[in-house]
Amino acid sequence: TAPALHPPLLNALFFAVLKKRLVKLVVNFLFYFRTDEAEPIGALLLEHCKITKEEENVFSISFIEEPDRKYSFECDTEEQCQEWIEALRRASYEFMRRSLIFYRNEIQKMTGKDPLEQYGISEEARFQLGTRKL
Amino acid sequence: MKLNERSVAHYATCDSPTDHAGFLHKRVERHHHHHHHTTSYHRRWFILKGNLLFYFEDRESRDPLGLVVLEGCTVELCEAAEEFAFAIRFDDAGAKAYVLVADCQATMEGWVKVLSRASFDYMRLVVRELEKQLEDARKSLAACHKSPRKSSSGRKSGYIPAGTSCSDHDGGCPKPPPLPPRRRLAAGSGCGALATGLSLTGQESPVSPETACFSKLHNWYGQEIAEIRREWVQGSVGQCPSHCI
Repeated sequence: TAPALHPPLLNALFFAVLKKRLVKLVVNFLFYFRTDEAEPIGALLLEHCKITKEEENVFSISFIEEPDRKYSFECDTEEQCQEWIEALRRASYEFMRRSLIFYRNEIQKMTGKDPLEQYGISEEARFQLGTRKL
Repeated sequence: MKLNERSVAHYATCDSPTDHAGFLHKRVERHHHHHHHTTSYHRRWFILKGNLLFYFEDRESRDPLGLVVLEGCTVELCEAAEEFAFAIRFDDAGAKAYVLVADCQATMEGWVKVLSRASFDYMRLVVRELEKQLEDARKSLAACHKSPRKSSSGRKSGYIPAGTSCSDHDGGCPKPPPLPPRRRLAAGSGCGALATGLSLTGQESPVSPETACFSKLHNWYGQEIAEIRREWVQGSVGQCPSHCI
């Protein structure tokens, strides 16, 4: 089960100004809200991103094609910071895909059977090793 | 609403695994001031990556025109005037549906099948199932290879009775993970659904408040791009604003 990330309020550093934001991780998106509003003011798609531990209580998110542009977040405690880092690193669809391929391989090696066959999804492109762009 | 568009566009067009791709006609409703609307279709190039469905003006386009996050939605056959039509509908009542038209039955079925299983939740379900199976396989293997010479105090050790096979999960074949529950169809929608391959759990999931965030994202993305194009076409913008890609 996904860890309960609480409290969700983080100090988000955007453009060197620290602002308090309500941050919600929903599947592979990180939504952020002004604390008193219901609608998100923004979102980050968490694919091809790198989560880095910065100084105490702080982590940052950066993206593969723009590694120097960092979205920094300051947490209340170091423990909270670690929780967020763990959760965000597992948050991408690509991470799950890699996990699935790994498990599939391991099970196949151990049992000689492809675990995806019974689900009728063994041929789907997304579960193959080394899938190339269509 | 802000989004890391450059990263999104990069993800859409880079070499990461593409789960499905092809041309589809996308329905567009245009509202005219005389209270009637016309329906037309735009041919678009669609790419599915994970739980994200991107569409482009054409195959060579650098930036997506739109993005559909496939969470909290159902994919169903559609009874429309057009043959081979299907729809992506969201639990969030306020979210607009996407009606797409394929060029043949096989193409349509291919898309419906792959879109139905594209959600993050479904992937997570499958991963957990496999995680469990790997755990079980490891336990079985450990039991088989346990050395009889080992003396374990207070613990049962011993020979595996003849006839037990480690690699065979004979008793209790694991069930396939169910597809995400079918949501209640909108009243009067008259849509059917593929009978085979989709498991109807009869369960209704409540509208997740988070999925409302995604409809806003769809609208924002589509509008932003549409607005920019409109301005460009009308010649009122000399150069593309810096924030767009």
